[in-house]
Amino acid sequence: VIAALRVFFVGGVISYRALFNWIRPGIYVTTMLGSPLFQILFFTYLGRYTHSESESFFVVGNAVQVSSMSAIYGMTMGIANERQFGTLQPLLATPANRLAVFAGRSLPFVANGLIVSAFGFGIGRLLLDFHPAARSLPVLALVVLVTTCSCTAFGLLIGSLGLRARDVFFGANLVYFVMLLVCGVNVANGDLPGWLAAIGRSLPLTHGIQAARGIADGAALGDVSRLVVVEALIGLAYGAVAYGLFRLFEAEGRRRASLETF
Amino acid sequence: MTDEPMLRLFYAGWLFHLKNLTNSTFFLLIAVLQPIIFASITFFMFESGSRGGTLLYAALGAGLMGIWSSTLFGSGGAIQWQRWQGTLEILIAAPAPFLLVLVPLTLATASIGLYSICATLAWGRIFFSVPLHFAHPFQLAVALPTTVLSLGMLGLVLASTFVLYRHATAFSNLLEYPVWLVTGLLVPLSLLPGWVSWIAWTLAPSWGIRAIRAAAFGGSSAWPEIGMCAFLGVAYLGAGWLCLRNFERLARERATLALT
Repeated sequence: VIAALRVFFVGGVISYRALFNWIRPGIYVTTMLGSPLFQILFFTYLGRYTHSESESFFVVGNAVQVSSMSAIYGMTMGIANERQFGTLQPLLATPANRLAVFAGRSLPFVANGLIVSAFGFGIGRLLLDFHPAARSLPVLALVVLVTTCSCTAFGLLIGSLGLRARDVFFGANLVYFVMLLVCGVNVANGDLPGWLAAIGRSLPLTHGIQAARGIADGAALGDVSRLVVVEALIGLAYGAVAYGLFRLFEAEGRRRASLETF
Repeated sequence: MTDEPMLRLFYAGWLFHLKNLTNSTFFLLIAVLQPIIFASITFFMFESGSRGGTLLYAALGAGLMGIWSSTLFGSGGAIQWQRWQGTLEILIAAPAPFLLVLVPLTLATASIGLYSICATLAWGRIFFSVPLHFAHPFQLAVALPTTVLSLGMLGLVLASTFVLYRHATAFSNLLEYPVWLVTGLLVPLSLLPGWVSWIAWTLAPSWGIRAIRAAAFGGSSAWPEIGMCAFLGVAYLGAGWLCLRNFERLARERATLALT
């Protein structure tokens, strides 16, 4: 167990440092903070123009959604780039616990998602009409944590597909934009056609955003607990499927000697 | 070079890059799928809001957002990509002026943005019953290529200045939303702080969308906006040429042409 925990924590940090050694402050600020800042402003101003929802609706939706940037893109790279960088074979030759190897990678992205989301909420507070009660902030943070974990599990799924697919980043980009449409970020789930709303409800983010909006409007954790539990369960389901796929593609890659072929 | 080889080089370069970009899944995503998704978001926001009868407005705006994205990502990293592919030295050493090699590329990145307009209009028509009645079809037929041309020239400025920044892609990520916002592609400038209008005035997409909207909805002539778009295109070409000359000189002096 201790070895697995070491792989989980230490391995997770080392893999992040190795796979993301190209991250510089300039890249981080422009991509992880600058882009979310303008996304929140863009949709809030668009909401002002269309009169579709309140400003708080757009601030909360987008501030939670931007956490998925780290969760989806980061996690996809965290798995798929082992193959791109040619380090997948040595990694899979080790006897380390696969679940610890696999899950440990998610920690930096969860932390990153929380930072980006907090920045988004801060922007909403400073520049827009978003003024949640101070007592709601810890619960809001909890909801964002659960949602970020759920999105990270979804990112693990896409990353696992990267062990087989040729161009996984197309999928990651597409999923990210589709989530912007169907997960209630800028359009309430009830305003979408039934089939789009159903897709949204089966994805991470939707229930988390709904819960976060409730909290920001003054609801207690108990009032939104069902949404938070559903969000967590969706994340667990995607995480389980992702792990299954990871093991499947590992076994298939060994059998066909195709771990690093494209 | 005489006119004929120049034109042939220009056309061959533009066509080559157009085909190349069309085969890229990334550009398929940002020129077709992303605008459709943003158009859908905007359609739903208009439908659920109290502002009616503006779906064509949203389709045109989202289409132009796609042109900007493809120009930004395609042109912003154009020189860096040539460096990574190892073709930059060959292009610089070729007898043809580097400007004539690069302009077709930046123009091609703006041209594939036309897919965006077609995609958002078709999507809007099929799924949201957006009426495709244009008040001045001829003006629209002039406004669209003029907008693409001026964005292509803006792409030249991006290509020749972003090369100074080591992380051009990250910078491109940053500039996508702000330009969508300050050029009034979907959000009217009257809702934004007054100083934003000064920035919008210098950016071709803001004149392009005004021209396209004037041609589509009528009410006023699109020619002044088309003229402004063309004027900015010429200004960008001059600025891009100066920046490019400077880049080429510095890269030769410091022997940094192939350094990524």
